[in-house]
Amino acid sequence: MTIEPTIHFRLDLRSGIAPYRQLVEQVLRAVESGRLRGGDQLPSVRDVVGQVTINPNTVHRAYRELEHLGLVEGRSGLGTFVCEHVTAGDSLSELRAGLQRWIRDARDRGISDATLQAMWRDAIAAREASR
Amino acid sequence: MTSHAVVELHDVTKVYRRRTALRECTLMIPQGRVVALVGSNGAGKSTMLRIMAGLTAPSSGEVSVLGHTGPLDVASQLSRVGYLDQDRPLYRGFRVGEMLTAAARTNQHWNESLAKDYLAQLGIGLDQRVRHLSGGQNAQVALTLCLATEPELLILDEPAAALDPAARQDLLQLLMQQVSEGDVTVVLSTHALDDVVAICDYLVVVAHGRVVVADDLDFILQSHRLLRATMADEKWPDGAVVIEDRRGTRDGMVLLRLELPVTDEQWELEEPTLDEIVLAYMRRGATVDAQS
Repeated sequence: MTIEPTIHFRLDLRSGIAPYRQLVEQVLRAVESGRLRGGDQLPSVRDVVGQVTINPNTVHRAYRELEHLGLVEGRSGLGTFVCEHVTAGDSLSELRAGLQRWIRDARDRGISDATLQAMWRDAIAAREASR
Repeated sequence: MTSHAVVELHDVTKVYRRRTALRECTLMIPQGRVVALVGSNGAGKSTMLRIMAGLTAPSSGEVSVLGHTGPLDVASQLSRVGYLDQDRPLYRGFRVGEMLTAAARTNQHWNESLAKDYLAQLGIGLDQRVRHLSGGQNAQVALTLCLATEPELLILDEPAAALDPAARQDLLQLLMQQVSEGDVTVVLSTHALDDVVAICDYLVVVAHGRVVVADDLDFILQSHRLLRATMADEKWPDGAVVIEDRRGTRDGMVLLRLELPVTDEQWELEEPTLDEIVLAYMRRGATVDAQS
């Protein structure tokens, strides 16, 4: 019997973002959107390796990172679970509204979508690079 | 994950009659890692793998494999090392099942049920004839035979070369499955940097017979940055080492290796892809060689 995985991972190998960080971000997004809820079990390392072609050490590392973030907990012999207290953040809708305002503002100044996207990418790259 | 070395090369040089394949290579492969060996054709990758596998002796320098220094003792050491070369040799006249029987007889350690599980997973029947297997299936059977000997050190020379994407995916997944099951260290050579990002966690770059990079893959990605710069720029962040200088008069980049994360907003830094880092080191290796 196979259990339906709670999250489907994917890897963008061209992105230049370390694979373990891609997994961490995908879990964060799944939690934010409510696809993953408190108490949900993350797929075992072996199952992730069966899902995407990935080094098991990388999956371990991502899960460890998520534990450090206080988002998931390892229960010995059982697996890795999303912490009970974790719920989809309300802060997200606020952020989204802020982003909508920012986009409206930029459009009002005649900035094209392509330029907007480039600005967004540059800002993220600058942020990442300075970490 | 312990960090003791599975393979150590110290000052290893290999000279063939007319050609120097490896020059003063010093390298340590930590246990439990999946190591990518990357470099141009003729850079010395295959020679290095054959030396690790005990199939070729270095001209000078010291090699230690699984704690054993000197020529590999066939009986005790070789059974702990699995090696698969580019040609993936199988007997063309055999059926897959007969290959298993032959492998069971010729290997000191053999896990028959593991071999059968893997073949079933790949959808390859024991009664299929080797000569009728596709290129992808051939590679998959060869790897399965190698994995079923449950080596502590697995050395693969371009295991996924010339496979179609689906066959490649199945092959690499099989390999990762084995890694997730137990204590195996894998050293594989490849040209596919996408595969490196997906399945490897340690990277060795060889250029013109020299080891130019050997480190944790995540560390390599984290410690390199591209800096937008022109010929007029002369200053770099503190402690940065210039790996490649591609400045122009109007625009350009410098690939830097950073000692510490740079927080100063004055630097226009971008994250390089693994391709950009590896290619820079390969080109740099070529220049170092031209100067010597």
